[in-house]
Amino acid sequence: MRLSGRFGRFGGCFVPEILVPALEQLETAFLESQDDPAFAAELNGLLANYAGRPTPLTRCRNLPGNIYLKREDLLHGGAHKTNQVLGQGLLAKRMGKTRLIAETGAGQHGVATAIVGALLGFETVIYMGAEDVERQKLNVFRMELMGARVVPVESGGRTLKDAINEALRDWSASFETTHYLLGTAAGPHPFPTMVREFQRVIGREARAQILEQLGCLPDAVVACVGGGSNAIGIFADFIEDPVRLVGVEAAGKGLEGEEHGATLLRGSPGILHGSETYVLQDDEGQIADTWSVSAGLDYPAVGPEHAHLKDSGRAEYVGCTDAEALAAFKALAVKEGILCAFESAHALAHALKLAEADPVSAILVGLSGRGDKDVAQAQALLA
Amino acid sequence: MSRYAAMFERLNGRGAFGAFLMLGDPDPGACANLLDAVVDGGADMIEVGIPFSDPVADGPVIQAAAQRALAAGVRVSDCFELIAGFRARHPDVPVGILTYANIVVARAGFIRDAAEAGADSLLIADVPALEAEPFVREMEQAGIEPVLIAAPNTPDATLQRIAQLSKAYTYCVSRTGITGTHAGGRFDSRLVERLCGLGAPPQVFGFGISKPAHVRAALSAGAKGVICGSAIVESAALGEDVAQLVRSLIGATGNDSASQ
Repeated sequence: MRLSGRFGRFGGCFVPEILVPALEQLETAFLESQDDPAFAAELNGLLANYAGRPTPLTRCRNLPGNIYLKREDLLHGGAHKTNQVLGQGLLAKRMGKTRLIAETGAGQHGVATAIVGALLGFETVIYMGAEDVERQKLNVFRMELMGARVVPVESGGRTLKDAINEALRDWSASFETTHYLLGTAAGPHPFPTMVREFQRVIGREARAQILEQLGCLPDAVVACVGGGSNAIGIFADFIEDPVRLVGVEAAGKGLEGEEHGATLLRGSPGILHGSETYVLQDDEGQIADTWSVSAGLDYPAVGPEHAHLKDSGRAEYVGCTDAEALAAFKALAVKEGILCAFESAHALAHALKLAEADPVSAILVGLSGRGDKDVAQAQALLA
Repeated sequence: MSRYAAMFERLNGRGAFGAFLMLGDPDPGACANLLDAVVDGGADMIEVGIPFSDPVADGPVIQAAAQRALAAGVRVSDCFELIAGFRARHPDVPVGILTYANIVVARAGFIRDAAEAGADSLLIADVPALEAEPFVREMEQAGIEPVLIAAPNTPDATLQRIAQLSKAYTYCVSRTGITGTHAGGRFDSRLVERLCGLGAPPQVFGFGISKPAHVRAALSAGAKGVICGSAIVESAALGEDVAQLVRSLIGATGNDSASQ
């Protein structure tokens, strides 16, 4: 490996030996692509003319305080995920791979991977926990419409982490022809670094847009954290600035219980899915089950750079419960006419708390995705 | 001399047969009997898994075994007790632990405790050579021998690190993918030769060993031994006679078959 793949004590490359050459090939392709103007031109062309970048920065007109929304919900595919699947898809082409595999929880990353698979002409296989396949039939159909094959995972708890396990197993046997298109800024090196660089566009645009609209930097940047790709993407260009960075984790049914996904707040350092990071686990290192109303935040580990930003104190991490997120989801719909993803509603809920404490402070919120996927669930929960 | 070195010397050219079982599967008492049964069947060395909830290097058979053990409430201390009991009953049979990094780092003193229980080696499935050094250093201090995995696609520079860091034996994977009986291996004699040339400890093939023909093929490729996992675990789960299975596989480890 050419880079250390470490963020302080976190990160690394904890995979079976057989996968190390595939990760080395990926690192090489990634680093070479970063210096290749033709790669940047093709990716930027797709981001602009296929995915719809730049996304707008919207100042809330009716919600209290001074809240700006970075509108990744308006990106093609309905969430920030499209940014990085386009980047990884082009890298897979560059490496000569013909097949993509990916994990998905509720299906958002699976849909994003199916999009790039269709666009760039890959055979695409999506691993999805059998429980999630049952719960998210519409997303399964979306993926299938775009030509992907969805494989229900029956092992373990039959949810996201089991889908990752299964994708890693597939990759152990298929890496010569297959790229594992991991869905977030977690996992073994080089994924955390690579996914951050492909998501950095969120913060780069937002920083320029808020400087133009407001004339100065925001006081705080707030984003939800599951695996952490949208948060690291919006944080990256603000890290050197005197700006509070706040990551919002899923507090689920409450941090005092066990039904949450608050890895940084309630987990402890460990090693899962290729990376040393915070992990929700028992005292013997067995991985815990997680809970969140939003499937995208329902994951027992977190990207290693967030673990480092937490320990170094550069970013702060807080929790937001299912109920708080739902209230923010509803408020945004009623006051601003925007249906956001439940994940993004966690960030907004915390921004509303900050705005209440200090109504003049400018708060930039990563509105990572749109809420179409959550409407049926919202109907059941808010009825 | 370490138990592994003594075993390879005792075998005098015959291929070593390693039998894998998941500790605590289906419960500690039954597992202790299975460990004795595979020795009774003639296993030369024992490889034992300490169950982890998310075993990415393992196929469905071993994962199910880990889940049965965890569902039975098996803890790491139970696993060490099983090893200590086995060590007392079979003082000369080498015992290697196979587990995952999070199990090792979650327990302060895991490596020391493993050594004290009587384990001879430790292989951490998701710690490649790139990340192995801190673990290897701790193993050396505790007096437990590190085992690293080498694969046919491992580049020479990494094989050299593996040869330097491994002690008990070198775990060679016979094919890409995960543990399991779903596909036999391609036993790469080139990998064995490369490791030999680098002075690595004895090469032992694992992954995809479930029939006497696989044992013969692995030894014909120049390996000093084989490890059979999923076939034994599956047989035990079905309530079959694992000693008999081991006997039938060991029939293929003799000098004659090895030289064919």
